[in-house]
Amino acid sequence: MTTLPAVTPAAERSAVTTAADRPGRGRRRSGTPYAFLAPALMLFTAFLGAPVVYAGYLSVRRVKISGLGLGRSSRVEQWAGLSNYTRVLTDSEFLPSVGRIALYGLIVVPLMLGGALLMALLIDGGRSRAGGFARTAIFLPYAVPAVIASLLWGFLYLPRISPIADVLNSAGLSAPNVFSSSWVLYAVANIAIWGGMGFNMIVLYTALRTIPGELSEAARIDGASDVQIALRIKIPVILPSLIMTFVFSLIATLQVFAEPMTLRPLANTISATWTPLMMVYRDAFIRNDIHAAAATSVVIAVATFALSFGFLKLVGSRAFRQED
Amino acid sequence: MAVATAVAVPVERRNRRSPAATALLLLGAAYCLLPVLWVVIASTKSAGELFSTFTLSPSTHFFDNVASLSDYRGGLYWRWMANTALYAGVGALASAFVSAMAGFALAKYAFPGKSVVFNLILAGVLVPGVILAVPQYLLLAKAGMTNTYWAVLLPSMISPYGIYLCRIFAAAAVPGEVLEAARMDGAGDWHAFARVALPMMRPGLVTVFLFQFVAIWNNFMLPYIMLGDDRLFPVTVGLSGLLNQGATQPAMYTSVVTGALLSVLPLVALFLSLQRYWQVDLAAGAVKA
Repeated sequence: MTTLPAVTPAAERSAVTTAADRPGRGRRRSGTPYAFLAPALMLFTAFLGAPVVYAGYLSVRRVKISGLGLGRSSRVEQWAGLSNYTRVLTDSEFLPSVGRIALYGLIVVPLMLGGALLMALLIDGGRSRAGGFARTAIFLPYAVPAVIASLLWGFLYLPRISPIADVLNSAGLSAPNVFSSSWVLYAVANIAIWGGMGFNMIVLYTALRTIPGELSEAARIDGASDVQIALRIKIPVILPSLIMTFVFSLIATLQVFAEPMTLRPLANTISATWTPLMMVYRDAFIRNDIHAAAATSVVIAVATFALSFGFLKLVGSRAFRQED
Repeated sequence: MAVATAVAVPVERRNRRSPAATALLLLGAAYCLLPVLWVVIASTKSAGELFSTFTLSPSTHFFDNVASLSDYRGGLYWRWMANTALYAGVGALASAFVSAMAGFALAKYAFPGKSVVFNLILAGVLVPGVILAVPQYLLLAKAGMTNTYWAVLLPSMISPYGIYLCRIFAAAAVPGEVLEAARMDGAGDWHAFARVALPMMRPGLVTVFLFQFVAIWNNFMLPYIMLGDDRLFPVTVGLSGLLNQGATQPAMYTSVVTGALLSVLPLVALFLSLQRYWQVDLAAGAVKA
């Protein structure tokens, strides 16, 4: 094993957690950390780094077909500049799918996180015996993958099966067709809210449990109500957790794929380009246009980064701290 | 799943019960349980009854449905279940181990390039995994590995978030003094990791395993595009295909519904028994076990 110089930049040293680990205390410096990191870095490079770079490369290439398009040499890959991007961005189906996803996010994220926060606060507040039961029940959907969740709700949405439609019909009212074009977005959003609320609730509940009971007690003695305690003490304290759940929800929203893909056989109102990611799938595997698919992927990735970093910057979050 | 843990703060115990809180909590629970209740009832109905009887009235055909699901193409459904266990179980186990090693190195060693690696991993957390699926497919196709178990297993083994969590667990749960003592006793680096650090990180590792297990079990796009042979499908992709068939043969719907119920049962059991490991503080990365 090679011995590395014992001097490290101050920034490096500050990340070291205990004094015993510091160089200069008789600790051997060696290639060991690299050996521990090797499997992770190899997998990271192969399945994260390389695909990202490859997608970028493909997005600026195109296939040129010469002559009659017959034979091997008639298909030549060449530099395409930004033409794939202009092609994708001006695709008549791209903007509507972006708009749909934006509206979808505006519905899903606040309702899902709001519901999760409300339930977490209610359970943490301890004003009801139903807390333990509700916690388990609300968490349960997290065990159900999006495909199965879509399938279950898909059946519940079918007018011939839906218990809600049954009840409405027997009351002489006509139930709305959930799969109609004006309802289908909400129908898909509902599945995402149902599937995601429980996990976020557990995250927020865990954060709430870390708040010392004396804090709420002191506030209560000062005459604060439960709502005031929640708004003035509990929510500010768990803000970092709320920010994290927000960012993860945002990322998840941009990649809606499984739910609408599963519902397609039941709802003809869901087009093949209903969300941007479905458009990627169509271009790559139905139209065999991997260059357009790569360009769309890059656009989605850049948008995700911009939104999540922009938001983290905006709130000045230290949620991902490097220092412990 | 102890209710709100035993330390439920004596102060709050003295609080008066609030009917409004109870009502809201039960409403939330009912919303979350409705589809679960439905699938349990629907799986007891015959194909005809599924569309003709009242939604929430049970019938007696559950075992017939299981039998016909099991008969479907020589038990293909059970093969899907086994595949799912393989993808999610082995993938998550490998991922937790890889993350543990990397997180341990990042928490307990100083070495050149450390902050570069750590920042790279943080950036990886924010990369939407689903976006990688198409280039991953193309690269694996070049390596001749698409339509094999490896095509789903290998990409599932890397989890930047798992590494991030493991770094925090290792920093918090493994005191430097203990490692130093192990080294004094002549333990090598590997020995110190495997015999000393790994057991101390166990609660955190269970959480990382569960996270990755659910992520793989939930990842629809990756197996959907990687696999062409339906004998390699996980149960999610398989059922989604069955649902497609149901559009032309509605008798298939009973199998889809029964299959959906059977597929979530093991995971629900796993969840309920390991619920405490889910209490993760995302921001601090700590497990409240």
